[in-house]
Amino acid sequence: MKKKESNSNASFEGTVNNGKLSMVVGGRLDAAGVTALWPKARGLLETKRLAAIELDGAGVDYADGAGAALLVHVRQVARRLKIPVEFNGLGADIQEMLDLYPAEKLSEIAEPAPKNGRDLVEGIGEAFCDAIRGVKDHVAFMGELFVGLLQAIVHPRGMRAKDFFLVIEASGPKALPIIAMLGFLVGLILAFQGAVLMKQFGAEIYIADFVGKSVARELGPLITAIIVAGRTGSAFAAEIGTMKVNEEIDAFTTMGLDPVRFLVIPRVTAATLMTPLLAVITNVFGMMGGAVVMMSLGFPLVTYVNRILGSVTAADYLGGLSKSIIFGLLISGAGCLCGLRTGEGASAVGNSATRAVVSSIIMIVIADGLFAVLFYYLGI
Amino acid sequence: MSGETIITVEGFTARYGERLVLDDLSFTVKRGEVFVILGGSGCGKSTLLKHMIGLYHPFAGDIRVGDASVVSTTGAERDALIRRFGVMYQSGALFGSMTLLENVCLPLEEFTSLNKAARELIAKMKLSLVGLAEFAHLMPSEISGGMKKRAAIARAMALDPEILFLDEPSAGLDPITAAELDELIIQLARALKITFVIVTHELPSIYKIADRVIMLDARAKKIIAEGDPATLRDTHEDQWVRDFFNRKSQATGTTGEDDE
Repeated sequence: MKKKESNSNASFEGTVNNGKLSMVVGGRLDAAGVTALWPKARGLLETKRLAAIELDGAGVDYADGAGAALLVHVRQVARRLKIPVEFNGLGADIQEMLDLYPAEKLSEIAEPAPKNGRDLVEGIGEAFCDAIRGVKDHVAFMGELFVGLLQAIVHPRGMRAKDFFLVIEASGPKALPIIAMLGFLVGLILAFQGAVLMKQFGAEIYIADFVGKSVARELGPLITAIIVAGRTGSAFAAEIGTMKVNEEIDAFTTMGLDPVRFLVIPRVTAATLMTPLLAVITNVFGMMGGAVVMMSLGFPLVTYVNRILGSVTAADYLGGLSKSIIFGLLISGAGCLCGLRTGEGASAVGNSATRAVVSSIIMIVIADGLFAVLFYYLGI
Repeated sequence: MSGETIITVEGFTARYGERLVLDDLSFTVKRGEVFVILGGSGCGKSTLLKHMIGLYHPFAGDIRVGDASVVSTTGAERDALIRRFGVMYQSGALFGSMTLLENVCLPLEEFTSLNKAARELIAKMKLSLVGLAEFAHLMPSEISGGMKKRAAIARAMALDPEILFLDEPSAGLDPITAAELDELIIQLARALKITFVIVTHELPSIYKIADRVIMLDARAKKIIAEGDPATLRDTHEDQWVRDFFNRKSQATGTTGEDDE
């Protein structure tokens, strides 16, 4: 950035005589002027063994907040060194402005305690405790959610249908274009990469097996889950977080209405139902992407379809879909939890939306790993 | 005023983490009175209110409504207790996805088995009480701040509560709307025998509505004055309290820093 001292109209002269610092300040003490003056003044104020400070401000014709700060700084230094300070010739309006900042009030401004090594240790400890508390919170919330879901299954009439269908619409049909596009592209890219490799062995026909199995088992559910986390999970967190900031959650509680039953259950059930349906679409479009590559390699469509039907078993397909049910539950649960735990202020809502997406994705990956182990032992 | 005690606060202490907010308060609210909690910014008025309605758990002490403790009852008993309260929050806290009518209908829908027509009639009656009948089908985002507060009072009254808690009802309103709100509070207290607990620092409305006030101090973290406002203004032994009620500023001494 350009330095602005060039256009300053302030003047400064200072001398130290027998420990007595005399300064003459004049001109316009605005931000530009003070920028130029401050280093000079500081140099003089740091002189050892000062006994008194005298400042002649007769030449000052204007001072704003920055000018006042310079004068106050001089006064504070004198106060700290316990030496007399005298301002002479200041204009009445400038003196009046200075009187707004009485010395004894400014000295009350608490200086933050100096940093020491303990801060770091304490910080690490606190962060660890926070993390533990966060996990505990999450487990407790999942329990609450589970009870609420059971109640919703037993008494479906207790759930607010309007909210439920609104969430269904927002998280399902409205996500179709992006889900379809992403699924298609991933299938296409996968098949293309496979084609480059398998051409060397003349085994292009296996691209169908490869695309079909990996999309149905892993990529379909995973991509769907990541889109749902980004679209729906963050929306839940932001929506509920805003309600929290607006005291609407408090209003529910003091009306004797349980926010979990009222806000969380419709959202979680809707998102949990929608995620596997979206995964179906991802699967279909992923396999279509593979088909485009296969057809460009000269294979007829019917060969590709037959290959896929032969290689992708019902267990593969349904295993993938059952994963995405769990993913949907985890994502919507995390979104709602982060929303309910929102702090104060507008930035808190943004933070919870971010936290919702991050923790959703972490949980998706962990859950996917657990599923891989589970399916391996089940022989699926 | 029957003089019967409805709310008892005993040895109440609140903390935010390390910071002590209110220290060892004790007071009572009598049935049917308009009770005002008063104090400078940041002295813990809203904190006290949120504890009284059971949103926060106090660090120490007890808050009882009748014989039931807001602090320690749980389960169905607590639900029944909470239902005796109506609360209006500072911002109104109307549910943004519902119209005003649906907002007022919601508690009726959840806690009564009235049919839809009856529920809507009750909701419209409550809305007309606060002068909002013709806006019943608007969304909260379509009305002004003052209207939101009035709609929130209508919602708080939906189930005919015994006690209405209002958090800064007239803050941010123009003098005429604020005066109308004061009239409404007086009418409701008189006609429906509702007990009001109001947090405010609008002096004109305090003189008009308050039967009794307590004044909290940010430094002492205690009640520094209790009584009816006119008496406090004229006879309280503390100069600061008298000045507060006379709207005089003092060159030295401040009430506190920023708002909570």
